Amino acid sequence: MRGFWHDAVEFFPILMSGVALTIVVTIGSLLLSTVLGLIWAMMRVSGIKVLSMLSASLINVIRGIPIIVLLFYLYFVMPDLGVTLSALQAAILGLGIAYSAYQAENFRAGIEAIDKGQIEAAQSIGMGWWVTMRRVVLPQAVRIVLPPYGNVMIMMLKDSSQASTITVAELALQGKLIASSTFKNTNVFTMVALMYLTMSIPLILLVRHFEKRAGKK
Amino acid sequence: MIELTDVHKSFGQNEVLKGITANVEKGEVVCIIGPSGSGKSTILRCINGLESYDRGEINIEGLKVDRDAASIVKVRTQVSMVFQRFNLFPHRTVLENVVEGPLFVKREPRVQVLERGRALLAQVGLAEKADAHPPQLSGGQQQRVAIARALAMQPKAILFDEPTSALDPELVGDVLGVMRKLADDGMTMVVVTHEMGFARDVADRVLFIDGGVIVEQGPAKTLLNQPQHSRTQDFLRRVLHPL
Repeated sequence: MRGFWHDAVEFFPILMSGVALTIVVTIGSLLLSTVLGLIWAMMRVSGIKVLSMLSASLINVIRGIPIIVLLFYLYFVMPDLGVTLSALQAAILGLGIAYSAYQAENFRAGIEAIDKGQIEAAQSIGMGWWVTMRRVVLPQAVRIVLPPYGNVMIMMLKDSSQASTITVAELALQGKLIASSTFKNTNVFTMVALMYLTMSIPLILLVRHFEKRAGKK
Repeated sequence: MIELTDVHKSFGQNEVLKGITANVEKGEVVCIIGPSGSGKSTILRCINGLESYDRGEINIEGLKVDRDAASIVKVRTQVSMVFQRFNLFPHRTVLENVVEGPLFVKREPRVQVLERGRALLAQVGLAEKADAHPPQLSGGQQQRVAIARALAMQPKAILFDEPTSALDPELVGDVLGVMRKLADDGMTMVVVTHEMGFARDVADRVLFIDGGVIVEQGPAKTLLNQPQHSRTQDFLRRVLHPL
């Protein structure tokens, strides 16, 4: 145990630099997946056949490809096509795209859960599609969507570790580098696990809060 | 003011409107009665374009109702609708519900609209509920808010789709009272209803619909007291004397 605390103090600063990158990757890909997911979901419920079919097939393609392969593709293949991305850019882009499919399905479920009478009431006072979405549907859908959205945040935090496979020096990779140079596997990976857990706990509490609020109404 | 000419409408194989021709004059109160599934509500929903129709034509002061045309917004801002299940926006306050259309569709000045909204809530007897949320209100109160919301659009006519059918019996009177006042003030109203007392006392004319056609129409008292057609007689007997 003494050894652990000694190592913990020694490795903490290096692992914290990994934590910083983990947070950057998580927040970046969360934002991207939210925006993309909203776009896919809106296309899906637009009532325009071409758009909804395009969105449905896009979602299926994205869902059908493992995140790690998507990352490899963006980082190793894109340069051959003339597009060079930094590891961090590729990580955010890859995770953002991968998760946009789940976000889209989540958003769509939220939108479709809104009572049809709400949409008719909006139409009956002359609202067009977009105003109906903005003023009536989306504000109500948010309540429904937030708890699963929180779960996606937790999953993204953990899946950001996959960025290590394309050399982003986030928490998992920093841990691996220290472990392989010091052979202190137990101490290092215990620390890494505890640090992920520490970041997850506030999110888990947030989800619980969302669930309570959604259940109240 | 509202003119329907030979309107047909099918849901798949099921033809629910089989040639409806009718008109509603300015300031007139027309009640539509008939058995469930007869197409009453569909007529209302076609008039403000919530539903499309297959054949015939609906005009509102010469403006054709076409739910796929840009002009549908104009139709809907001129003809308001009150729903059976109220359909208030639960995430907004009562006052916000009332002013939503004027503010975000008609883009009227805020101060003026809020003032009008409060006045309308007072008119339906709910001035003190302005800041409540709809789920906190009784059904009767919610429906009166819905009427205020319809009025806030300053419509030329209001369509009522079974406005009291979802209410507890003791709350029906308040809503009918508000509607009666509107009728007295000269509002053009088309009311799908099962409240025969209201139809008799308030309506100028009554249409009896069955099987997607107008079986009989005429002045309210005449039609309800001396129905000519056997289907009308049968229907009224069942509604008025269910036992």
